[in-house]
Amino acid sequence: MSEADTPRGASVVVIGAGVTGLSAAWWLARSGIDVVVLDKGIVGWEASGRNGGGASHYQSPLFAEEQRLWPQMDDLLGYPTEYVRERIIIQRDPALLDHYRAVGRMCSAMGYRVDDLDSRQAQAAVPLTDETCLGGIHLRFGGHANPQRTVQAYAWALQDLGGRILQHCPALAIATAGGRVVAVETPRGRIACDALVVAAGPQSGMLLAPLKIDLPVAAARAEMIVTEPAPMMAIGGVDGNGLYGRQTLRGNLAFGGGPHEWIATAPDGPADRPVSPLARNLARRVAEMFPKAARLNVIRSWAGIVENTPDGRPILDRLRDPGNVTVATMSGVGFGLSPASGHAIRDLVVDGVCSFADIAKLGLARFATLEPDWRERRGWAA
Amino acid sequence: MTAVDVHAIDGKLLPPDARFDVVVVGAGAAGTAAAIAAAAEGATVLLVDENPVRGDLIGTDVPLFYGGRMTAAVQQPARMIEQIVASNPALETAIEAGVDVRLGTAAWGLYVNGPAMRALPAPMLGIADAERATMIGFDRLVLATGARDLVLGFTGWDRPGVMGAQGFAALLTRYDALASRRVLIAGSGALALETALLALAHGIAVLGIVEVAEAVQGPSALAERVGAAGVPLFLGHTIVAADGGIDGVDRVTLAAVANKRQVEVYCDTLLLAIGAIPATELLEAAGVAPGETITRVGDCASVVRPDPAYLQAWSAAVGRHAPPETIVCQCEAVARADLIGVQPPRYLDRPVAMAARSLSSLLNDGPAHPDQIKRLTRAGMGVCQGRRCREQVACLLAEQQGVPLDRVPVATVRTPVRPVPLGVLADWQESAAMTAGWDVWFGIPTQWTPYAIIGTPEEAEHVSGLGGTMHV
Repeated sequence: MSEADTPRGASVVVIGAGVTGLSAAWWLARSGIDVVVLDKGIVGWEASGRNGGGASHYQSPLFAEEQRLWPQMDDLLGYPTEYVRERIIIQRDPALLDHYRAVGRMCSAMGYRVDDLDSRQAQAAVPLTDETCLGGIHLRFGGHANPQRTVQAYAWALQDLGGRILQHCPALAIATAGGRVVAVETPRGRIACDALVVAAGPQSGMLLAPLKIDLPVAAARAEMIVTEPAPMMAIGGVDGNGLYGRQTLRGNLAFGGGPHEWIATAPDGPADRPVSPLARNLARRVAEMFPKAARLNVIRSWAGIVENTPDGRPILDRLRDPGNVTVATMSGVGFGLSPASGHAIRDLVVDGVCSFADIAKLGLARFATLEPDWRERRGWAA
Repeated sequence: MTAVDVHAIDGKLLPPDARFDVVVVGAGAAGTAAAIAAAAEGATVLLVDENPVRGDLIGTDVPLFYGGRMTAAVQQPARMIEQIVASNPALETAIEAGVDVRLGTAAWGLYVNGPAMRALPAPMLGIADAERATMIGFDRLVLATGARDLVLGFTGWDRPGVMGAQGFAALLTRYDALASRRVLIAGSGALALETALLALAHGIAVLGIVEVAEAVQGPSALAERVGAAGVPLFLGHTIVAADGGIDGVDRVTLAAVANKRQVEVYCDTLLLAIGAIPATELLEAAGVAPGETITRVGDCASVVRPDPAYLQAWSAAVGRHAPPETIVCQCEAVARADLIGVQPPRYLDRPVAMAARSLSSLLNDGPAHPDQIKRLTRAGMGVCQGRRCREQVACLLAEQQGVPLDRVPVATVRTPVRPVPLGVLADWQESAAMTAGWDVWFGIPTQWTPYAIIGTPEEAEHVSGLGGTMHV
């Protein structure tokens, strides 16, 4: 897209073409709203395209909507997401097995069925494990999808509805007038808007600071590894042993987990996304979880930069001042919830309130009395 | 008030398992000489070389494009090691000089701290033999990793007998494990001409040199020697197909660039000698530039990538004869049409809307990165880690965008830069802090509280009971 094609304005401008911003834009476009998405780089280039692909978040107020939407997403978007239903969590540590059994009972009590698996059942369900597996739980809900394919699916589906995506076009500043946001400044010029959605991940706080809005997020680097393809398991959404991840539909085992590193980020994004020898600790846990896959080659490792809020919960809020701004950070758990978070953001932008769930406890106001040194107090300083 | 995040990586990564003043990667002539020189200065020196590469990985062409014309000898590691030592007598000198020489040991990862990583106790190099991985500290790291064969995809390039010029030279001179008798060479630069002379010196028939340009590209002195040997030149020609049976290539079809007139050459091997790429994957994956601490010697420092315009001319000429089903990425079986159409892999359905999407529709959104192509088509996502298709994808992107090749970024290289089995890569002696501080996600105690109980008396119970350990 050339400079001449840069739109002068849109009803809604979304800053951030990650999975949350793209889903929000897609939902807005589904309501016939003229929307433009800006991104400093390419769609889904950061954490949205670098995660475990899980879609089973019982803790969220968006859980029911997440579960309702995922099975329909390929049809709704018109492009493949590689979504597959259900998950199995296996453990080889008795304390962790008890922990997950408790989680399973909690989910069952919420009306989402979880079955306990003993060692023999777990080995039958997960052929790559062996008798060192003590057992697990089988979630009859949830699932997983391919993050990279899903992000592109949102982007294409948005374009099919007339939405526009400006890649390599960072938001430099947010212009206000009369207590409202009126435009976003970009290197390609000023893009006027009636409403703004800020879903720029770690950069969101920096973008909003000049508006005297304190969006408390801290950025950290997290790592994953992937192996060459393994024989396909009937349910690929298998994790445990301190790991999250999945077997992809190609057969690769893609897993992450373990320690993160708090890092500084700049308005134009992270300086780099380096990996560490943590790949070896991940490899050990994958080899322990899937002893029959221990000879498979690890062929990649990568890192992603994710932001977290002080309590690790999302901030989904339509601000009071300026009143036409909606902020969205999913605090490191955004991919799986994206079908639902986009819906919630659409509702906040259009109606001022989420139509399908109470999300009041995800408001920014809960941090009104946050200590200025909250990062240091948590050991989260970069 | 400051606190410590017990789930952060700080203090959890162990120092290197061993340390040397100088570590040299690659035991070819340049690397061996560097190791001997360092030892002569009194340094402790480690010299590692991934050769002999495991039999199964030779099949996936890491890093040379062997293309299936090797004898059964490559399946016998002991004999391969003997051959390596016999073909490089300086290795014995290095051992006598006190260099710790480890063959069959791949350097798979380079780690250094930077703006987004401070957690490493020291810069370190990950190495692995068939049994285990080890982290090595160094004062100086010398990369003598050589160069990688550059290949292009056409009909039949996955047949046994299509190989890289350097893979050919390695099988012939290092391993004495080459099964070729009649070769045809693509390219006419110095690499191609030297390859022709090497073949002739070993009594292998050279049935021709194929060059897309109208003139021989290499030095005239070399060209004269090749010409004097009576090697036919197919100037202004490109490759159409390599055909054959179960034993691999038995003939190669060429076509004139000007009029598409075809010629068949009856050979058992087609050597791709269009160019070579410095094997600097360790540096690229680490995002590190060479400097005082990390230096390059030999081919990985001196080999020059082919001129972008020349490579694009080859790619375009080959592309004109390559049907849509021509494989570009052998590991993931991605065809040329899939790539140009940015279509998903074959195990996925292709919904109607996908038909309207293509590389050119993707390019309407701004310059594309080859990593996007990887994500969507899986080209470059296989076990050869993109070594066989990285340049092809970049050429196709440049062609589709109508921009010079040097304007297109190259697909990202990721650690481990050599495939390493899970059980070998695994750290079985991790730090106690790593084990104790491990959590599935960030270990934030309030992150997984069910929404309904946030702000209720039950919340504290949940936080203390199930806490921050990621649940589902």
